[in-house]
Amino acid sequence: MLDVSNLKVSYGAVQALHGVSLRVEKGQIVTLIGSNGAGKTTTLRAISGLLKCSADRVAFEGRELRGMPPHEIVRLGVAQAPEGRGIFANLSVNENLEMGAFIRNDVDRVRQDKKEVFELFPRLKERLAQNAGTLSGGEQQMLAIARALLTRPRLLLLDEPSLGLAPQIVQTIFKVIREINQAGTTILLVEQNAHMALKVAHRAYVLEVGRVAMEGDAKELAKSDQVRKAYLGGH
Amino acid sequence: MGDLLQTLITVISVGSLYALIALGYTMVYGILKFINFAHSDVVVIGAWTSFTTAAVLLPRLGVTPTEAPWWAAAGVLMLAMVVCGLVGFCVERFAYRPLRGAPRLNVLITAIGVSLFFQNFGQLKYEVLKPDGPGKPAMSLPFGAQPQGMPRLVGSRALNDATVSRGTLAGVDGAVVRLSEGVSLEERRQYSIRVTPAGAPRAIEAMVVAPAGRYEPGQDLRVGFMPAGAAPGSAYALVRSARVPIQLVDVAIVATAGLLMVLLQLLVYRTKFGMAMRAVSFNTTTASLMGVAVNRVISLTFVLGTSLAAAAGFLYSLKYVTLQQTAHQGWVLLGLKAFVAAVVGGIGNIQGAVLGGFLIAFVEQFGARYISSDLRDVYVFGVLILVLLLRPTGILGSTVREKV
Ligand SMILES: Nc1ncnc2c1ncn2[C@@H]1O[C@H](COP(=O)(O)OP(=O)(O)OP(=O)(O)O)[C@@H](O)[C@H]1O
Ligand SMILES: [Mg+2]
Repeated sequence: MLDVSNLKVSYGAVQALHGVSLRVEKGQIVTLIGSNGAGKTTTLRAISGLLKCSADRVAFEGRELRGMPPHEIVRLGVAQAPEGRGIFANLSVNENLEMGAFIRNDVDRVRQDKKEVFELFPRLKERLAQNAGTLSGGEQQMLAIARALLTRPRLLLLDEPSLGLAPQIVQTIFKVIREINQAGTTILLVEQNAHMALKVAHRAYVLEVGRVAMEGDAKELAKSDQVRKAYLGGH
Repeated sequence: MGDLLQTLITVISVGSLYALIALGYTMVYGILKFINFAHSDVVVIGAWTSFTTAAVLLPRLGVTPTEAPWWAAAGVLMLAMVVCGLVGFCVERFAYRPLRGAPRLNVLITAIGVSLFFQNFGQLKYEVLKPDGPGKPAMSLPFGAQPQGMPRLVGSRALNDATVSRGTLAGVDGAVVRLSEGVSLEERRQYSIRVTPAGAPRAIEAMVVAPAGRYEPGQDLRVGFMPAGAAPGSAYALVRSARVPIQLVDVAIVATAGLLMVLLQLLVYRTKFGMAMRAVSFNTTTASLMGVAVNRVISLTFVLGTSLAAAAGFLYSLKYVTLQQTAHQGWVLLGLKAFVAAVVGGIGNIQGAVLGGFLIAFVEQFGARYISSDLRDVYVFGVLILVLLLRPTGILGSTVREKV
């Protein structure tokens, strides 16, 4: 579904990605793990069209994404819940959700989808009229995911959805990620929390300073010594 | 009391002009985080476009500007808004967009350059249409360096004066009229007489300068200057001015500006486009991830801001009919005060711009009326300094957020 080959990105003189290749098959959860500064966010931003990049291929369902502006890539079915939540703090919760559905004209379906989203995150429903900036960190994260879902993407890019959240909420978030996937959305999940990520994912890529260091079946990787030492705290 | 109310009326009228202009500064700042210093020049272009339309084009369409129906005035306004909207579009597209992502200072210098360009280019003169009669203005693009008089599209008359007596003129003798009815003129009130010559579409008006007292039918009543046309037998109305006259032009200004501001408010807070605009102003990148075509939103923001500026220019020229050349300091001050209004209200905040507009007008007008008229500009900048000291983000502004 998503086929990235030899992706290179530079910030000025600093090269952040040195030829990253990855594939995401339809229906799967694929996770991208790695330490701080490895280039995970950069990879997602390049796929979404936010960064200038060079690559042999960045194809979604066979269509080349490079050179397309971000707002057109979204329309193809690739949504991203960006790092650091990225909600619109000056808009109400409801307006944030509406922004998620910005590209859609099927008002009735949107209403239906909102209902489903509220089942996943009942908390949001109680806070609809509230300014999104006043939500707690966890609620903002829920809102960011909910908003991305309302885009009705075929491929959802999630950038550290569990960042800075209490263990309880992290559990919920990962549960939701699995549910979203089971409902038919393909997911590319960037995570610091390698433990949880490897648990829900089908496949995994390990990124180290701008290169793919390892890749393979998520369960297999979770067992490998290297990954356990570096990312799972040696357990 | 009368003075106070009169000053308040001016505050509301001038304040809505400041507010209209301030909105343009604030909207562009809200989205691009920079001050469009060329904004005030768009106001000037709006005023001069209105003049060109009203003084040159309307007569060629067979409409006498001073007798124009309201829809002709509305047409002049629309055209000015369209022209300035286009100017705003081009300025953004060709001057600012290539600098997106460049250091702030570069953009700022460019804005000043655009402003200087408009101020000087506007003074060039190239006659597109010759005058269609002696004493009539030519159509010049740009507008030339000579001041021009804006035709009074909205008559200079008060809405709340009272007709005290009607009749037919018994006699006219230069600055003296004799009336068919007896009248009593009260102390300390102003009277005027409106005469409609037979067959004329409109009344002509003269001030009554006779002292207060009782005037019997046929007795001499001194007036200022009675325009030609009045003759014995013409119908007249003797009118007493209100203690606090409400000028039609002020009502037109407040109504038009108010309508535009309400429409803007609805657009920004009740439509999908407005929501996208607010989203872009919070975070351009995230908005684009939602599928918002950011460049289009920015273009439209400029078009909106500059067409409001055009409306302000049009309305300003209705009230202050002498149009100065495009680089005149009067225009510069007008723009600066509106900018101060935007900052005082909290730049980037739409309600703040409106609030700031009225606040600045209040301080300026009351200071000018009750302290000293020479210092009117000082009050405005005094408020700016005060607000910046006490609340650097402006009255309704939120803390400045670093752009990501
Ligand atoms: N805007 C930028 N300008 C310059 N360098 C940048 C920029 N954004 C990222 N980088 C650099 O690129 C590298 C990769 O950053 P990236 O944000 O992709 O890391 P990450 O894997 O997402 O890290 P984290 O887990 O901390 O979010 C880092 O060395 C970072 O310093
Ligand atoms: Mg990151």
